[in-house]
Amino acid sequence: MPEGGDHALEELFQEIILDHYRRPRNKGALDSRTRRVGLTNPSCGDELELDLRLDGETIAEVRFSGRGCSISQASASMMTQLIKGKTVQEARALAARFNEMMHGSAEAARDQALGEARALAGVAKFPVRVKCALLGWNALEEGVKPAP
Amino acid sequence: MRDVRADFPILSRRTNGHRMVYLDSAATSQKPRQVIDATSDYYLGSNANVHRASYDLAVRSTDAYEAARGRLAAFVGAPDPQGVIFVRGTTEGINLVASSLGRLRLRPGDTIVVTAMEHHSNLIPWQLAAQTHGARIVMVELTADGRLDLDAFRRALERQPRIVAFTHVSNALGTINPVADLTRLAHDAGADVVVDGAQAVPHMAVNVAALGCDVYCFSGHKMLGPMGIGAVVGTPALLDAMPPYQGGGEMINVVQDATATYAALPHKFEAGTPNVVGAVGLTAAIDYLEALGMDAVAAHERELTRYALERMADVEGVTIYGPLEGRVGVISFNLADIHPHDLATILDHEGVAIRAGHHCAQPLMRRLDVSATARVSFYLYNTSEDVDVLVAALEKSRALFGYARA
Repeated sequence: MPEGGDHALEELFQEIILDHYRRPRNKGALDSRTRRVGLTNPSCGDELELDLRLDGETIAEVRFSGRGCSISQASASMMTQLIKGKTVQEARALAARFNEMMHGSAEAARDQALGEARALAGVAKFPVRVKCALLGWNALEEGVKPAP
Repeated sequence: MRDVRADFPILSRRTNGHRMVYLDSAATSQKPRQVIDATSDYYLGSNANVHRASYDLAVRSTDAYEAARGRLAAFVGAPDPQGVIFVRGTTEGINLVASSLGRLRLRPGDTIVVTAMEHHSNLIPWQLAAQTHGARIVMVELTADGRLDLDAFRRALERQPRIVAFTHVSNALGTINPVADLTRLAHDAGADVVVDGAQAVPHMAVNVAALGCDVYCFSGHKMLGPMGIGAVVGTPALLDAMPPYQGGGEMINVVQDATATYAALPHKFEAGTPNVVGAVGLTAAIDYLEALGMDAVAAHERELTRYALERMADVEGVTIYGPLEGRVGVISFNLADIHPHDLATILDHEGVAIRAGHHCAQPLMRRLDVSATARVSFYLYNTSEDVDVLVAALEKSRALFGYARA
């Protein structure tokens, strides 16, 4: 159950989140992709496709497409900004950190490494929305799994 | 209609510091105290398994269960209680029919006609039957305002379908289909007609004999009854011809090592211990609805829907889906670029419970060219004040998303 009155809502839909929702960064297909992961959230119909171009262990390029709520779209947009140019190992560490923040860790929410994505800390107060914020990050974890 | 809110204890619940405004009755209705008491009384004084024992308590339980069948038959205008099969709900009912009627009727190359406004529960069972028997699905398209395209329906019937399945009332658009007319056309084409009545029976007087369809399915939990009880109401002659759905106790006559003969209707389709308390609770729900009068219930909701459509249309950026006339109190909409899930979160914060998503109608969402809609749905306990709270919450959502007040 969300707490904190209107403040929690204002935090959830703060300007930077709406900005990423309305003007998503790195949106669209990546023709030079080496990996593509498609995830859907069958309970709500959100769809997300994450394209990655891996250059050795480095995420050289990343783009996403799909449609969904402000939280899922803004989170995916912020994530692409964060992980571009990072190594797979660094990206995984960020995903783990973001997960901690979604489960209420105040320490993770202060971690500069999460950059603008820290704006999503308030999602933790809305447990049913956590899966929205994690959709892009879950696609990332799928996309950087070692090839079978 | 009298004010019924006091009969629904849950409606006095508070959500996030606000009075709860429950606008998701198309998903499930709340229960009046009379229904809750009837289920509790059953367990306190009548609980025993049905049909098998000769002691007094079992007789009481069996009597209550079979009385419920008769009560339900009368409520929906079924001429013969033998044609009333108790099931878990509409979904189980349609699965029973698709499986059993499919085995009776479908051969490779046959056609099943459905519509583009079906809930997944009146589509997937037919897809499964089509796969099993090598039949194909033909989906009838809708008009721009969300009604069934009658020309497209007629064209689909030219394929001489074995089975035509459609909903009485759309769970996403609120559209009321002309069941009697559609049934006549389908019968003329030689098809059996199966109707999903889940969103109709709770909200209007339904008479299956007058509608003329072969099978009609609905759920108790959307009409003030408990969850886990519903019915398949069918023509006894057709149900007789259909093979059993599930095997087990209660549904047999004589059992040999490798074969069995089956019980007569309705028990042939009721394997295992039935949901007796559900049937008892549903009877209380029917008593409650009949005391109010289904026409009064329908009139109350019609007035509320008219008011809601009017107030919502005044909110800048609102798009309402579905027809303006010939609909029930289910309103699907979107608000500017606010995603329905975001809207549902904001409204929940204001105590307003709505549904956001595809409403188990993905083919319909695709045709509306949206991934999701927000949906409000009314029942006899909703008031115009609920609509006012909704509209204020919609305005608040606009403000949160940076839109100026109109």
